[in-house]
Amino acid sequence: NLLGVRHILLVLSGKGGVGKSTICTELALALRHRGHRVGILDVDLCGPSIPRMLRVQDRAVHQCDSGWVPVFVGQDRGIALMSIGFLLERPDDAVVWRGPKKNALIKQFVADVAWGDLDFLIVDTPPGTSDEHISTVEALRHYKLLGAILVTTPQ
Amino acid sequence: MAEAAGAVRPEECPGTDSAQAGRAAACQGCPNQGLCAAAAGPDPAEAAELRARLRAVRHTVLVLSGKGGVGKSTFSAVLAHGLAADEDKQVALLDIDICGPSVPKMMGLEGEQVHQSGSGWSPVYVEENLGVMSVGFLLSSPDDAVIWRGPKKNGLIKQFLRDVDWGEIDYLIVDTPPGTSDEHLSIVQYLSATHIDGAVIVTTPQEISLQDVRKEINFCHKVKLPIIGVVENMSGFVCPKCKNESQIFPPTTGGAEKMCQNLNVSLLGKVPLDPQIGRSCDSGQSFLSEAPESPAALSYRNIIQRIQEYCEQHHSQEEKSI
Repeated sequence: NLLGVRHILLVLSGKGGVGKSTICTELALALRHRGHRVGILDVDLCGPSIPRMLRVQDRAVHQCDSGWVPVFVGQDRGIALMSIGFLLERPDDAVVWRGPKKNALIKQFVADVAWGDLDFLIVDTPPGTSDEHISTVEALRHYKLLGAILVTTPQ
Repeated sequence: MAEAAGAVRPEECPGTDSAQAGRAAACQGCPNQGLCAAAAGPDPAEAAELRARLRAVRHTVLVLSGKGGVGKSTFSAVLAHGLAADEDKQVALLDIDICGPSVPKMMGLEGEQVHQSGSGWSPVYVEENLGVMSVGFLLSSPDDAVIWRGPKKNGLIKQFLRDVDWGEIDYLIVDTPPGTSDEHLSIVQYLSATHIDGAVIVTTPQEISLQDVRKEINFCHKVKLPIIGVVENMSGFVCPKCKNESQIFPPTTGGAEKMCQNLNVSLLGKVPLDPQIGRSCDSGQSFLSEAPESPAALSYRNIIQRIQEYCEQHHSQEEKSI
């Protein structure tokens, strides 16, 4: 499902609240504005911010033959987005999962989402260097991982 | 709780959420056994050990958020200093943010190491009555990344509670990483061997933060953790030159105040953005000592007092019920 993706970018920090999700969103919108086909994979399972930032928090995902269909955002539906935010019954539901369950969902997000052909897939991550990060890098190892953008504030 | 993908439950499975998960006779040979046992919290022997070690802790306060970067560690440090200003009180600050431990730097303890004694690990003392423990003290270099999966993080948290010789403490403050995951489940489960007075939840005014904080509030309800209240950080900025107030993080959906009303939790206070706070954190100084008359310091002190009142009230209610 990722074979049609030309470049994959991870947006990381170590620190929370520095603007990872904001940068992901703005970067995706800017790349789209330049005519690229863009997707965002939000692997912040405990605090998914991207759906709200793109004003699609009320949408749901559907299944197709090749897996989950991402949510298409924007007037031209030009940005594809997958986030755990779309799988919650209620937006305030806490995802209280230990590592192994988080890892299993991340593997699914990487392997089972029908991204189609994209120029860029931007991956938003939670703060830290733990399960989500290890699992995401492991799952993406065989694909065209362009690199990581690290976000910080001055302090 | 956690399940291995495709695992089939044994016939007399006690249930993945039960206290017997992973430990019952029926669990032998189940592919999920390891996950269940790790997730089920301390077994009775471990619980007894933890209870013994934490017996002399009068009050425990967890500092949580759902969101990163809202000021949990900052608040934990300020709370610790504020409580320790009373020299008769013994205060301990435990930092269970394993991947991003901020507390050592904020307390001016970078580079300190943990020492072992006959009675266990010694906390690192900032003042005579204020001791600190963090994974930061176990790293050979401050830039070393702790790239651990959940089970290893849980193991260290258990060690922090079991092996650190805290002594007699009036207040144990626990600083946590953002989220609702291994660290949070583990600390609640391990501390169930004693008791937790409650959680202080930290947020900023923006909806993007509140969204995650509502989840954290639900987490507290789920694990039956009382909520002492919510602190709204970065709540407005007053220019020191022109005295005009700006909302750097506008409360587009009513901020913490509205959220607290809707969810029936206490708003303990709002703390304005003050560049001195960040400076104090970076330099490891106590903000309350550096800028004692600032609006932020006054706000912090009011909040600390409310937390103390809650804990004392809670304690005397417990004593009445014994």
